Amino acid sequence: MFYREAGEFRTTYKEDSQTFPIRFDRWRYYFVLFVAICVIPFMVNDYWVNSIFLPFLIYAIAAIGLNILVGYCGQVSLGTGGFMAVGAYACYKLMTAFPDVSMFIHVILAGVITAGVGMLFGLPSLRIKGFYLAVATLAAQFFLVWLFNRVPWFYNYSASGQINAPERDTFGILITGPNTEAWATYVFCLIFTVVSAIIARNLTRGSVGRKWMAIRDMDIAAEIIGVNPLTAKLSAFAISSFFVGISGALFFSVYLGAVEVGEAFGINKSFLVLFMIIIGGLGSIFGSFAGAAFLVLLPVALKVVGVDWLGWPTDIVAHLQLVIVGALIIVFLIAEPHGIAQLWRVTKEKLRLWPFPH
Amino acid sequence: MKMKFATMAVAAVMAAGPVMADLVFPSLSYRTGPYAASGIPFADGYADYFTLLNERDGGIGGAKIRVPECETGYNTEKGVECYESTKGEGALVYQPLSTGITYQLIPKATADGIPIHSMGYGRTSAANGKVFRDVFNYPANYWDGASGAINYLLDENGDDIKGKKIALVYHNSAYGKEPIRTLEELQKTHGFELTLLPVDHPGQEQKSQWLQIRREKPDYVIMWGWGVMNQVAIQEAVNIRYPMENFIGVWWSGSEADVIPAGAAANGYKALTFHGVGKDYPIYDDIQKYVVDTGKAAGAGDQIGTVQYNRGMYAAMLAAEAAKTAQEIHGTPDIDAKMMRDGMEALEITEAKMAALGLPNFGPEFKVSCEEHGGPGLVGVTQWDAAAGTWNVISDYKPTDRELISRLVAEDSAAYAAENNIEPGCN
Repeated sequence: MFYREAGEFRTTYKEDSQTFPIRFDRWRYYFVLFVAICVIPFMVNDYWVNSIFLPFLIYAIAAIGLNILVGYCGQVSLGTGGFMAVGAYACYKLMTAFPDVSMFIHVILAGVITAGVGMLFGLPSLRIKGFYLAVATLAAQFFLVWLFNRVPWFYNYSASGQINAPERDTFGILITGPNTEAWATYVFCLIFTVVSAIIARNLTRGSVGRKWMAIRDMDIAAEIIGVNPLTAKLSAFAISSFFVGISGALFFSVYLGAVEVGEAFGINKSFLVLFMIIIGGLGSIFGSFAGAAFLVLLPVALKVVGVDWLGWPTDIVAHLQLVIVGALIIVFLIAEPHGIAQLWRVTKEKLRLWPFPH
Repeated sequence: MKMKFATMAVAAVMAAGPVMADLVFPSLSYRTGPYAASGIPFADGYADYFTLLNERDGGIGGAKIRVPECETGYNTEKGVECYESTKGEGALVYQPLSTGITYQLIPKATADGIPIHSMGYGRTSAANGKVFRDVFNYPANYWDGASGAINYLLDENGDDIKGKKIALVYHNSAYGKEPIRTLEELQKTHGFELTLLPVDHPGQEQKSQWLQIRREKPDYVIMWGWGVMNQVAIQEAVNIRYPMENFIGVWWSGSEADVIPAGAAANGYKALTFHGVGKDYPIYDDIQKYVVDTGKAAGAGDQIGTVQYNRGMYAAMLAAEAAKTAQEIHGTPDIDAKMMRDGMEALEITEAKMAALGLPNFGPEFKVSCEEHGGPGLVGVTQWDAAAGTWNVISDYKPTDRELISRLVAEDSAAYAAENNIEPGCN
């Protein structure tokens, strides 16, 4: 009934290969975009933005970035937290060094710097694979955190070793600092998330993405059919790190405003983003969003239900949350290794035939 | 996406809940994670004191008190979430019990006009009320702690610690790094040698730090630790047979939970304090009668009388007294965050007041003003008696090197003011 192709005739290749070939799906996508851009900004308050939308949007970018590397190119990385830290510190240095430049440019440059660092740490991927690569990226994680803790230049010699986002604007609208409007920070992050998703989606559909997937599926075969592993792997590391760096920059400057590297960008962050793409779905842009939404909203929802409605002690709810997230990861790995994205695909297939499944 | 809208709906109902005219003191606590051992007793003390006021006095000035608790896990992200979710309920004051979260909240709360009381933690230069209008850290701060520890060592050594080796074992975070500036300044005046030994979050891995202490044999070890780091450090000190009486923790590293795991060997460990220890205060009779016996004690109810419990209670007491002051100033029991700030800035704690509350000689007498949000900074020293299982005060509250600290506070707060375009002033 829904998602029907019947009656839709496509006469050009362009129409045939668009992201949402089914008209219903396309309208649904436009509708979500419309709500996100034209409705939500007028309704949100501080709580909604700071507790739900900002973390969701920012983690979605990080998940997209990691998904490119792990899901599309098959290079396991545990260095996400470290690369987010690079983005955050790059953004901080840029913000303090060039106060008059627009925040857009700072965030994008932070992404570019992280891409460079990511490529550097991606070099070992040319020689090592699988678990060994995971360990190499783990080293990047610890090294980067140590570096930002150790070298005072990165935190401008502040006594506390923290970095604090000063007030910066873009087009005269405050984006960072405590006096921002809720809608401004939301829209700022939304733009980055939407553009990142569109770029990532189109990259993965094109020749670059196909090379990544060839490397992922079998690197020797890929090499034989003419995929250069050097450029494919390094481009995956660079583009992945670019997105992760942007998310780190937004995480620090727009969302938290003050960051301590060991606590905000520790190994836990790497695992969190990895869980997002595992639960959401490896090799799927929608999966990145679904996973980010799931892991950002689940704790909030559990807290609202457990503490505010049922009146349970806060510690029980916090422990319960760990149990539930852990259980869900196991359940997903066993029952649906392709994550929420696969569930969504199956649902779509079902809806397509509904109500006459035969 | 379906999941998302469902939870949104859930949260929307919550956000639309009724706003009651209670006095709201949110408790950003942590009862889970590596810092729970330190966080639980503080949260219990904080909640129990307000429960006592509700049960015994019917609240503060006739207005009931509500203490919504929010679990932060000592994590800044969750701290922000907790702040945002509770501030709409009419929060009067925030006491996050985390230096990291305090740093996070200082700009946010200042913009929202909600006061923060970071009692003995947070950003030390908040003592300068001309710059930090909404942030208070009375009655003592980290730099008082650093100076107090050195003063105590000076006392012990006949005012001469030239050439002594002192190691600082600290939590590698904004919290642990706070005393370094002060210690480095004091090093210049008193001529001791300072070794810095950072311990990374969460602090369970300290083998290399204590190996270094074993090798270099510093005369004294000062510790800025929290949560599980304290227990591990004391255990490691026992393992290398470091003389416990030369090992001094800041007030956050000196509670029962920190020393008990090391057993009898922890005997003699010292810690700083800025308030009384033990259960020997009349208020505990009331807590027993109104809180424990009625089954309203927070948490498991097994922390009553511990050091951190006392501190949580002290924090609650100072908040309640400030609220009373605010009610007097504004002539209404129904105060808001702005009025609360005025109350905190006009707060005066006298011996008579404390005695009337059942806490005679519990803390120092002090008076807050716009210029001075930091209190007197009197620092005492306690020592752990493992056999009796009690902390005993071995050095009474003494003043610290205020000249140096005021200079550092002025420097740091001026830098903050310049960074954030704040015009220092009292209006």
